[in-house]
Amino acid sequence: MQKHWILSLSAFICGLLFGLGLLMAGMANPAKVLGFLDVTGLWDPSLALVMLGAIAVAFIAFRLSKKMPQSLLNTKFSWPEATAITRPLLVGSALFGLGWGLVGLCPGPALVLAGTGSVEGLIFIVFMLIGIRLVDYFQAKQSS
Amino acid sequence: MIDWSHFTPESALTGGLMIGLACALLWLLNGRIAGISGITAGTFTSSGSERQWRLAFVLGLLLSSWLWLMLAPLPVAEVTGNYGLLAAAGLLVGIGARLGSGCTSGHGVCGLARLSMRSLVATLTFMGVAVATVFIVRHLL
Repeated sequence: MQKHWILSLSAFICGLLFGLGLLMAGMANPAKVLGFLDVTGLWDPSLALVMLGAIAVAFIAFRLSKKMPQSLLNTKFSWPEATAITRPLLVGSALFGLGWGLVGLCPGPALVLAGTGSVEGLIFIVFMLIGIRLVDYFQAKQSS
Repeated sequence: MIDWSHFTPESALTGGLMIGLACALLWLLNGRIAGISGITAGTFTSSGSERQWRLAFVLGLLLSSWLWLMLAPLPVAEVTGNYGLLAAAGLLVGIGARLGSGCTSGHGVCGLARLSMRSLVATLTFMGVAVATVFIVRHLL
């Protein structure tokens, strides 16, 4: 029972840090994200540096964990198992890119924005949740 | 052409390192991938302790701006688009991330950091489509 709370506390701090990182990077501002995606206009390369910094640190963590029998809080490492390039992966990613490009919001920044009380952020999150639930609903129906 | 007036290399890199650290800690401490769409979806589908840490992570994201506000004024967030467009984009992002098993964080940061080919394909796909979308909206319509 106690372990669950420690895992949740750790996840809470990671969520906070993730959000602060997005705010620091300027990625909670959709206009800045669109400035990166607009490669043929006036291009703001900031997002590339955000990705580079984030990937570099995460890369070290994944490397380190390969020599560890379990996580520091004694849980099993949940390595993602799927490796196949499937149609849902491609179609899903394309739809995601379309939505992302339309307003410059993806799930993390949208949650941070919604947390500020932004009506735009809240509307986006509500419909994002509907989208997530729709896919889960149809996938459950299909497999049953 | 690079938009030097909006390019913010220091804060972008610092923020990136913080995001990377958050992913690193969630992995090394909890053994979990910091994929925002997957974690959010899991708050509906999982139960017990599996649900609890996911809710805690999402709560952390939601409250991060409050912690920021204690130290500094919030940076500006310019959202373009009316409520209908925001709703449509949110729906597309939700469906797409779930169908594609991940978003900018799960595939774009963690997946690439794990050197996953599947995540590389996903990231190139959504980046490509997003760039094309912005091109069409800003320069063709």
